[in-house]
Amino acid sequence: MRRTPPIRVLSRALSIAAATLLLAACADTAGDTAQGTAGCEAYQQYGTFKDKKVSLYSGIVAPEDEPHINSYKNFERCTGIQVEFQGEKEFDTQVQVRIKGGNPPDLAIFAQPGLVKQLVETGKAVQAPDTVVANVKKFWSESWQGYVTVNGKVYGAPLGANVKSFVWYSPKEFKAKGYTVPKTLDELKTLSEKIAAGGQKPWCVGIGSGDATGWPVTDWMEDMMLRLSGPKAYDDWVNHTIPFNGPEATGALDAVGEYLKNPAFVNGGLGDVKSVASTQFQDAGLPILQGQCSLHRQGSFYAQNWPKGVNVSPDGDIYAFYFPSKDDTSKPVLGGGEFVVAFSDRPEVKAFQTFLASDTWANEKVASTPGGGWISANTGMDASKLTNPIDKLSAQILQDPKSVFRYDGSDQMPGAVGTNAFWKQGTNWVTGQSTKATLDAIEAAWPK
Amino acid sequence: MEIAAKLGQLALGLGAFALVVTVILLLAGRFNGPKADRRLAWLFLAPTVLGLAVAVVYPALRTVYESLFDAHGAQFVGLDNYVSIFSSAEQLHVLRNTAIWVLLSPLAATAIGLVYAVLVDRSRFESFAKALVFLPMAISFVGASIIWKFVYEYRPDLPGVSQIGLLNQILVTLGGTPQQWLINAPLNTLLLVVVMIWIQAGFAMTVLSAAIKEIPVEIIESAQLDGVTGIGLFRNITLPSIRPTIVVVLTTIAIWTLKVFDIVRTMTGGQFDTSVVANEFYTQSFRSDNQGLGSTLAVLLFVLVLPVILYNIRQLRRWGA
Amino acid sequence: MQAISERSATARKRLSSPIASLATVVIAVLWSLPTAGLLVTSFRPQADIQRTGWWTATSFTLDNYRQVLESQTSGRSLSQAFVNSVVITLPSVLAPLAIALIAAYALAWIDFKGRDLLFVLIFALQIVPIQVTLIPLLNLYVDAGLAGTYWPVWISHTVYSLPLAIFLLHNFMRGLPKELVEAARVDGAGHVQIFLRVLAPLLVPAVAAFGIFQFLWVWNDLLVALTFANTPGTNPMTVALANLAGSRGSAWYLLSAAAFVSMLLPLIVFLSMQRFFVRGLLAGSVKG
Repeated sequence: MRRTPPIRVLSRALSIAAATLLLAACADTAGDTAQGTAGCEAYQQYGTFKDKKVSLYSGIVAPEDEPHINSYKNFERCTGIQVEFQGEKEFDTQVQVRIKGGNPPDLAIFAQPGLVKQLVETGKAVQAPDTVVANVKKFWSESWQGYVTVNGKVYGAPLGANVKSFVWYSPKEFKAKGYTVPKTLDELKTLSEKIAAGGQKPWCVGIGSGDATGWPVTDWMEDMMLRLSGPKAYDDWVNHTIPFNGPEATGALDAVGEYLKNPAFVNGGLGDVKSVASTQFQDAGLPILQGQCSLHRQGSFYAQNWPKGVNVSPDGDIYAFYFPSKDDTSKPVLGGGEFVVAFSDRPEVKAFQTFLASDTWANEKVASTPGGGWISANTGMDASKLTNPIDKLSAQILQDPKSVFRYDGSDQMPGAVGTNAFWKQGTNWVTGQSTKATLDAIEAAWPK
Repeated sequence: MEIAAKLGQLALGLGAFALVVTVILLLAGRFNGPKADRRLAWLFLAPTVLGLAVAVVYPALRTVYESLFDAHGAQFVGLDNYVSIFSSAEQLHVLRNTAIWVLLSPLAATAIGLVYAVLVDRSRFESFAKALVFLPMAISFVGASIIWKFVYEYRPDLPGVSQIGLLNQILVTLGGTPQQWLINAPLNTLLLVVVMIWIQAGFAMTVLSAAIKEIPVEIIESAQLDGVTGIGLFRNITLPSIRPTIVVVLTTIAIWTLKVFDIVRTMTGGQFDTSVVANEFYTQSFRSDNQGLGSTLAVLLFVLVLPVILYNIRQLRRWGA
Repeated sequence: MQAISERSATARKRLSSPIASLATVVIAVLWSLPTAGLLVTSFRPQADIQRTGWWTATSFTLDNYRQVLESQTSGRSLSQAFVNSVVITLPSVLAPLAIALIAAYALAWIDFKGRDLLFVLIFALQIVPIQVTLIPLLNLYVDAGLAGTYWPVWISHTVYSLPLAIFLLHNFMRGLPKELVEAARVDGAGHVQIFLRVLAPLLVPAVAAFGIFQFLWVWNDLLVALTFANTPGTNPMTVALANLAGSRGSAWYLLSAAAFVSMLLPLIVFLSMQRFFVRGLLAGSVKG
């Protein structure tokens, strides 16, 4: 394989020609190079490289890709490593195609610890280098470390985090109509009934998401599971040490059904119960703005879906409250996140991977996301720099010692359940299938 | 600059392909002797046979082999995957949907195309009308799916809310209530098939229309002299004359239909009981991480197309003789 | 010839009827309505699209197109993706044509053992769904060091199209008068000369038909491109547009404009070359 294929020779020749042109073009802006190393002190530890590229593949697409690309501009400038970011809607399936085809990216960003585990088991993922492990141990809590640890070895680093136990509402509407933010599940039910009694559908829900349609149902069910049966039963259920269709799960899904399948409660401004299945999740909360519904349960990342000009703040047009617990003795929090896993151990990949696991990057990312909608569980992140009230609230909830954090269960389950049967059956459940039939079908799909 | 590099690559790619063909032609010119013809034929066929063997035959055989193994290809499970497909209600729905697609879309598209071809033959706006009906052929499956998703778009039946999807607007105008077309099985599968029919009817119409024009004018004239007109002319003269073309059109559309998964993926993502084998293969292989089941679905897909191909070959042989 | 076509025209004239004319136009308009709806939508302001049907449109804007054309996916613009589409499409159309032409010639005009069986086998390979070939092929390309270049997508499109191309071209060649080839043989011409001098000029309609067909297929393809041209440096328009709507939900204002941007070139090619397409396709499919 030492022989250089002729295509390569030509393309190299062309790129040299191109580089020469570029140099010529840049000659008169040579002043920039002097500035080029200013502020690079924090990056010295990563070393300097020449003509090195690192590919980063993810499901992050417009408009969230831009802040991502910007967050490592300084790293690129100071180390000379060029990061080739690629975001794709079809990431979840395409990354598997590429890995199985032997053409993995250097680094990929996954939202599912279950998938990370699966990739490690197939032997394709590369164990994280010591520098990354050191950062992971330094900046993340034990539970977060656990999501990237397989058989006692660390295989990556967490990146972003989000809080899923949120209900979006309009503080202005609540004030005008005299509603108060519910503190317990009972109060949430009472509030919903009160709004419904006034002739309005209290909730708006949408689970549409292309071939991932149905995932918001899994979030609802997990939130209920955590609240009604507690974290221990939740963990057992996620790890399949108790059956998927046991009494705990049945109770949780039925409790969700009291909202999602209740014609008096859904679907404000969007239609009947079935419209829950046909509404895109991104559009589902928007009727709050028109006063057609009052409550929308969705994670902190939904902050980015409100149109420009909407005031998202504790007494603005839109804000979110914590999806209440059963009573005030516990505070379970459902959340999600992202993890970077490497498929190569070239020095430049290690350097970039170490950087992404650092406090420097977390703060760069906060700075490059002025619109908000992004936080990290990285303890080195300076929460005071967060500008968006929802991000502040999320960080506060994540850091609250009373909070019991649990990672999104479906993301930890095997792919056959977590990214297929759970979604599909959850969708069928919304459009009329019984709770029992739904849970039985998911249990049957669990790989033996 | 980047563009220059890309055009360079383009030139190189074209050059390489041209080189291969030129070398073959030059070599072929040197052949002589008693076995020259045979050697020449294989030389001409070499790139094709080599390419198909590596890129199509080998993966196909590998798929058959993998269908006999478990999810990770680690353990031999015999026909378990086949059994589990035929014993799962969900997978049976997938097979049922695939059957609906394969039967309905070629038949409907060809029937519509044929009727339209006959109509257009007697119309004064022939080329204009043909162009409009043929146009969807130029649109990608993804593009066509977007177009139709918009036709089926639903807005709730609330005061002050007006429909933005054409189908629901028509329904409302006629006094009905708007429907969420894409979530009710099995109607939703039919509505997806409509997209395929919409695309392929133009193809059928164009080819059939041209075939009708090829019918020797003497035959038509003598039939007319015998007093055969209208439906009779169509049934006794037109239809038998263009039979071979109809078969080719039907089978071509059927093969395309079996392989198409873009429409299902774009419009429903295979949800609401609309999945078909081609889509389910993708989901099982790359989402559910179940390579065995995915391969089994692909094998079933071969088996489903096989009769279509065999029939086509038999017909070809008959007319070729 | 002239006399026949005149007679044919008169024979048909007698059949032409106003009802048929009307029905033709009505159906044609119905057929175009879905496309027209999206086209109108693509020129409407974002807020209007969500509120009212396109048939009530009164105000129009180019904003949607501006946004689509200026958009960046993974930091790259749509124009780069357009260049990629062109670079991917040209060899993927020309290479299979050249390879299929010589193969079809061998199958149609050279006598050798196993010819019919080989033809049937090639035709039957259409049953293999592209999806099953993705992983094995990707493995081969990676081993050959071709990943990240245009070669995988060129080679894949070329091979996938061969069964249909050979089928159409073979049928077309068999439809040509035998005497042409025989006369040339008697004159002592070899197969290469016959192929280049005698047949090539006659093959133009079939070549054009398949070329247009393959152009539409490659230009509109998403699956092959996603798998084999999936780096920001090589991905074509279909991939870029698929990511464009991104996390914006049912963003009809972007989807509609993007759909028409991607359709523009195929529509132009298609409408201007429709004639060849039809002629070649017919000859290829009928004269078995």
